[in-house]
This record gives sequence, structure tokens and C-alpha cells, in this order.
Amino acid sequence: MERYIPLLVLLCLWQALCSFGIVASYVLPSPIEIAIGFWDLLTVGMPPGHLLYYHILYSLYRVSLGFSVACVLGVPLGLLMGWSPRFHNLFSPIIEIVRPVPPLAWIPIAIVWLGIGIKSSAFIIFLGAFFPILLNTASGVLAINPILIDAARTLNATQRDIFFKVLVPGSLPSIFVGMRVGMGVAWMTLVAAEFSGVKEGYGLGFMIMTARDIQRPDEILAGMLVIGVIGFAVDWLFRTWESRIRLWG
Amino acid sequence: MNTVHLELVRIGKTFLDEKLGMETCAIAQIDLKIEKGQFVSFVGPSGCGKSTLLRIISGLENSFEGEVFLDGKRILKPHNEVGLVFQQYALFPWRTMCENIEMGLEIMGMGKTERRAVAKEYIRLFGMEGFEHLYPCQLSGGMQQRVAIARTLIMNPKVVMMDEPFGSLDSQTRNDMQEFLMDLRQKRNDTVLFVTHNVDEAVFLSDQIVVLSKRPARILRIFEINCSRPRDRTSKEANDIRREVIGILRRERMDTSPVGS
Ligand SMILES: Nc1ncnc2c1ncn2[C@@H]1O[C@H](COP(=O)(O)OP(=O)(O)OP(=O)(O)O)[C@@H](O)[C@H]1O
Ligand SMILES: [Mg+2]
Repeated sequence: MERYIPLLVLLCLWQALCSFGIVASYVLPSPIEIAIGFWDLLTVGMPPGHLLYYHILYSLYRVSLGFSVACVLGVPLGLLMGWSPRFHNLFSPIIEIVRPVPPLAWIPIAIVWLGIGIKSSAFIIFLGAFFPILLNTASGVLAINPILIDAARTLNATQRDIFFKVLVPGSLPSIFVGMRVGMGVAWMTLVAAEFSGVKEGYGLGFMIMTARDIQRPDEILAGMLVIGVIGFAVDWLFRTWESRIRLWG
Repeated sequence: MNTVHLELVRIGKTFLDEKLGMETCAIAQIDLKIEKGQFVSFVGPSGCGKSTLLRIISGLENSFEGEVFLDGKRILKPHNEVGLVFQQYALFPWRTMCENIEMGLEIMGMGKTERRAVAKEYIRLFGMEGFEHLYPCQLSGGMQQRVAIARTLIMNPKVVMMDEPFGSLDSQTRNDMQEFLMDLRQKRNDTVLFVTHNVDEAVFLSDQIVVLSKRPARILRIFEINCSRPRDRTSKEANDIRREVIGILRRERMDTSPVGS
């Protein structure tokens, strides 16, 4: 419990600064105001009528779409790149060129290609999540002790057996690392992608931009908190899932 | 009984480091005939090419000189008729003990209940009941080694090769494992090729000891040991052979003629 004391002290100090008017509430709303802002997001919505609950669902929907595509392409491609030096050789130039471009720099062209809407935001999220997943998976395969492949071969393993019974399970820990990093990037990218507009009128990024437009810093901060908490919860889900699957040391 | 089972014909191996353009000759030339059911130990200085020799016999190396024949058929690629227990156990960390032992049967396409039953048998034979659902990292070194041996023996290979299997065990566990291996052999009569640094161990276990030179490896001498089993580690015959092998190895170490010439 000791570890929460500094946080509590900070919150009290913050509240005091605001209550005594030392910091103006249009610059930094007090914790209590933020809590009320959160309540407003839940009950009134931002813009009014657009409830927090729906913003969360839309954001999660966009992330899941982009992230799933990143997994579906990134994991097999990463496995292949780790497995076959030839494949690695053929694809790494493309990857090395595309990867350093920040996902957000793709927003304008994504909007030109796909229009404003779920497709373009999912595409941006995909770009953010894809590379960590791909590269972690590939390096996970490369890190497998070659002796294990030899051991499988002495047991008559075919290339197919080696792929599915050695490379896939052997790189699983790295695949999880890739997915967790990828999810983190996806979540960051999502909010930025939603800043630049959404068609449906929902999304956490869109919500806090709207709150800014109508001068509600309390709701901006409450929204930021929600984004952080969901990001944490998603990461926790991944860690739990991993500990269910990965039972070895 | 006295027919040649495994035959090594003019085996040689040179490693080529393409980056450095450097050649390392690991094995000079080895000719050897091994009969069925023999327990043959290889002893030799560290780094002389013992592991490389076993890898060649198992079919894992794809470029080497000479030929390996098993029952007259050439070995060209890994096959489960030739089992290899690796120097570094090489257990699959993501598989439980039971799943490690079953790996070969699983690859063969045997059904789950069937192979589990066979694995259970081996787990009992190796005295490892109660640990079958643990992962390798949760097992002691001695137990990991037994899992590695069981994983190889379950395939009933014609030739079982073990690369310094007890090298990293403490001396008590090591003795226990040697006794265990001898008991096992009474039951199964496998043909075994056994690499070790430990001359005592070789004398205790083997029908034949092949003494190798330092790198590049060639055969310096072959000892036949005909003492009855179970063997007394301190008997006179054992001591005589031990002294002689150690003498050869010491002379080999002292000899400072350039390596690879
Ligand atoms: N893949 C490789 N590439 C290049 N050189 C190698 C390779 N594998 C082994 N060697 C070299 O070949 C020689 C023999 O190696 P090997 O592992 O067969 O020796 P060893 O007798 O098993 O040694 P130890 O007793 O330490 O286990 C060593 O000098 C080693 O450096
Ligand atoms: Mg070795």
C-alpha cells in the first residue's frame, strides 16, 4: 500500500492548487472536476448524445481490425523470414524502406486511397502494429537453438514438422512480445488517426478533439485517462493470455 | 552376431569458414567397423572432433569425406534408425517431459493415446514417474539427461549415440546414471556409440574403447574389454586399461607437433 502514498499526496496537492485558485481550471481542471467530466462523458456524451461507451467500442473495433490483419500477416511472414534466409533476403529491403516511415505519416495518403473511415484508420493501425509483430517473430525464429532443429531431424522430422513443431512453439514467446509491442503502437496510432477525422462520429481520439473544440479540458483529461486505462487493460489481457499458453520457463 | 553393423569408411571432415576463408580440419581419417550390440566408447582430447564424428554418423552433416554404412546401406540424411543424444540435452523447452519423449512417435504419426502409453512405459523404465508433466527447466540435470536418452531410445534406433551424456553431472549422479545405463543394456542390448572425456566411465561401460588423437581426429588405438559385467570399477584389468588409455592421452597432449598437418 505504501507505493500508493506518493500518488495520493500528488492528487491532494493538485486538488488544493485548483481549489485555492492558484491554477485556473480552464488550464488544469482539478481531480474532482475531471471525475465529474468523466461522469458527463458517460451520461451526456461528447458531443452530447455520443456516449463514452460507444466511443470506446468504435475505437476497439478499429484497433481490432487493424491489429488482427497485422497479426494474420505479420506472424506467418515473420516465421517465413526467420525460417528461410532466402525469403529474408528477398523481403528485408522492402521492409527496411517502409518501416522507418512513421505510421502517422501515412494518414494523408491513406485518406486519399481509402477515404475517411474505418478502412483508412484500420490501415494506419495495421502499419503501426505490423512491423513489431513481423520483426519480433522473425528474430524469435532466428534465436531458436539450431541444436533443437537437429534433434528434431534425428527423430525423422520433415521440414513441415520442423516448422510446426519447433519453429512455431519456439518463437511463441517472441510472437507474444511482438503482439504486445504491436498492440501498444496500435493504440497510440489509433488515437492520432482519429484526431484527423472519423466518419462515424465516434472514437476516443475524436472524442477528446471534440472536447478541445468546445473547451472542456476536464473531459479531455478524463478521455486521456480512459485511453490509458484501456491500453493497460489490453496489455494485461495479453499477459494473462500468454501465461495461460506459455507454461514453460 | 559377428557381422558388421555400422561401418565408417575413410571418414574425414574439414570445416570451411567462408567469412574468414579459414579451414579447420576436424577429422583426418577414420575407418571403423562396429558389430551389433557392442558398446563402443570414444575418448580423445577436448575439441578433437568427437561430436563432429557423431553428427556425421547421424546424417546431420551434409558435407564430409567418406561413407557411413548401416547394415550395408549408406546413411545420407538423419533417420530415426540412428539416434543421437546431444551433448547439450537439446530438449524442447516448450514440451513437458512426456511430450519430449513422445516427439519421435508424434512425428511418426502415432495417435495420442497410443504414444502416451508407450511414453509412460519409458517414464517408468527410467524411474521418472510423477514428473511427466513438468517442463525441462523444472527438472534436475540428471533427469533432463534421462529424458533426452528416453526420447532417443523410444524410437528403438539400431544405433544409439550419446555425446558426453553425463559430462555435466556431479560424480554421484554420474555413477548412478552409469549403473542405470548398464541395467538398461542388459534389457535391450542396443548398439551404443558413447563419447566421453572420462576414462573411468569408458572402462566401466564399454566393450570397446576407441582412443582418438587430438584434432584432426584419427584412431590411435582400440581397446577390447572382455571383463564380465557387472564390472568392478577397481579390478586389476580395469586399472590396467585405464592406465594405458590415460598414458596414450597424456602423450597425445604433450606432443606439440602442429595441429592439422
Ligand atoms: N560448425 C563448425 N564450424 C567450424 N568449426 C567447427 C564447427 N563445429 C566444430 N568445429 C571445430 O571442429 C573441431 C572439433 O569439434 P567437435 O565439437 O567435434 O569436438 P569435440 O571432440 O566434440 O570437443 P568436446 O570434447 O569439447 O566436446 C573443433 O576445433 C571445432 O572448433
Ligand atoms: Mg563434443
